[in-house]
Amino acid sequence: MRLLFWKNVKMKVMKKTDSCIMEHSKITVNGDPVFESQSETFHDFAKDAYKSLELNYPKFHKMDNLSKLAFLAAEMILKDEDHSRTAVVLANRSSSLDTDFKYQESINSQENYFPSPAVFVYTLPNICVGEISIKHKMQTENAFFVLDEFDEKFLTDYAEQILLSGKAEKVLCGWTELFQENYKAFVYLLTL
Amino acid sequence: MKKEIYITDYNCVTPLGFDVASNWNHLVEGKSGVALHKVIENQEAFYASIIDTEKLEKEFKSNFANPDFTRLEKMFLLSLKPLVEKHEITEETAFILSTTKGNISLLKNQTALPGGAYLSNLAQKIADYFGFKTKPIVVSNACVSGVMAIAVAKNMIQAGKYKDAFVIAGDEVSEFVISGFNSFQAIGTEPCKPYDKNRNGINIGEAAAATYITAAPSENEKFRFKISGDSAINDANHISGPSRTGDGLYASIKNAMTEANVTSEQIDFISAHGTATIYNDEMEAIAFNRMKLQNIPLNSMKGYYGHCLGASGLLESIISMESARHGILIPSKNFEETGVSQPLNIIKENQSAAIQYILKTASGFGGCNAAIVLEKC
Repeated sequence: MRLLFWKNVKMKVMKKTDSCIMEHSKITVNGDPVFESQSETFHDFAKDAYKSLELNYPKFHKMDNLSKLAFLAAEMILKDEDHSRTAVVLANRSSSLDTDFKYQESINSQENYFPSPAVFVYTLPNICVGEISIKHKMQTENAFFVLDEFDEKFLTDYAEQILLSGKAEKVLCGWTELFQENYKAFVYLLTL
Repeated sequence: MKKEIYITDYNCVTPLGFDVASNWNHLVEGKSGVALHKVIENQEAFYASIIDTEKLEKEFKSNFANPDFTRLEKMFLLSLKPLVEKHEITEETAFILSTTKGNISLLKNQTALPGGAYLSNLAQKIADYFGFKTKPIVVSNACVSGVMAIAVAKNMIQAGKYKDAFVIAGDEVSEFVISGFNSFQAIGTEPCKPYDKNRNGINIGEAAAATYITAAPSENEKFRFKISGDSAINDANHISGPSRTGDGLYASIKNAMTEANVTSEQIDFISAHGTATIYNDEMEAIAFNRMKLQNIPLNSMKGYYGHCLGASGLLESIISMESARHGILIPSKNFEETGVSQPLNIIKENQSAAIQYILKTASGFGGCNAAIVLEKC
């Protein structure tokens, strides 16, 4: 009992200040819908969202779909604030398999063997963390986990120990899952 | 006062042997696993460090009855088995798996995604075999995964979420990875030469490694290394090019050493990343000099094992701890003449040394870096 009580008190110390959900061609920030697109593919939805949000960040167009998803979701809550002490801890289920699959297609046939470095670099799930870090100049703690399902407790526990250690003041935390047309991002900012 | 977390056991499966002792003996003799291998049909051979499949199968058969595992899974199982036999798995034991590509070879010529390609499925399969009770945690953070996995275990045990952890790390040489690094023109045309003037790229390698990490070591352990500090800072600079300032690596080392409460003079040995690409090794030299670590004996293990991606950080940590246990520093293989702009104390031959504090570093795609400080107790 005592242990449980202590844990509850400790959990209350953490604050979730902002959150963003992206799924079904819709973006919701702190519970409010902020963008919706009629487009049927993730690619078009991401493009529409980029335009509508007036991001003006040409690197966006070079990103793979997983990075676009994570980047857009992060953009909604990081905004233009100072994030030089904000760590990034993301997770998903499909790792970078969406791009892995595309890359594999480019080397399946010996006759049409065209491995591309621009595609290959995205065959790692943590590249999206790099993209977010570059945009917001976040030289901070970062980690990417692959889990079989969204586990908020695990991510919160991991974020909490980073905050308690003093290695960061905030943590951008969340789930950025994408494989082909199935995607969902749920990211949030945590502070002590 | 934070709980102290220790590594008290480890094992590895590499081209140089299927246990730590045979690996260590081969390293002391200067043997390398790197050789020319034909990985891709109709293409030139590449220098890579590859486990002999026949030997692996034989070793697997003499240890496991069920043959229904991929080659990589067999490497994982063999690396973990001796540790699971010695340390009990409880409901508070974490299972952490580090990999970049897992069973990526299963994708070849498939029209739909095979279940085995999911990293969580790979981890669950290994976890189920040994009867782990908690959900597996997969760390997939490019080439720093192996170092980061040790840090994750330390931090989650320290935070009271687990009592102990088995951490395994593995990656396999595949056409997928070789063709990709080749498209980047990052693969060396000869056995790789970290930090050397004539270095021209990496050799890919494969290995599996396993460690047991606990807050409560038993009295019977042969050794213990305290995980004294860790950090993993992003360069926030480029997704594939190393930072020219070494910012992320510098900050990672600085944070890890601050947490460990050690100064640069106290570090006895650096097990560096040293991939033998022009820009990575130069970036490391800059970061180490910014930390005033240029006089500390340093090596890269890539000349022996190639770059084992998600396995490299854990494998190299294990070898660095073996160095400390034997009191022998192993040379940075294939290094002849310095090819970085800042001074480094690169180990050129086997030398005896008393090693208490080890600094282990890694850097990778996505701008990630990681550093840990290990203290021999």
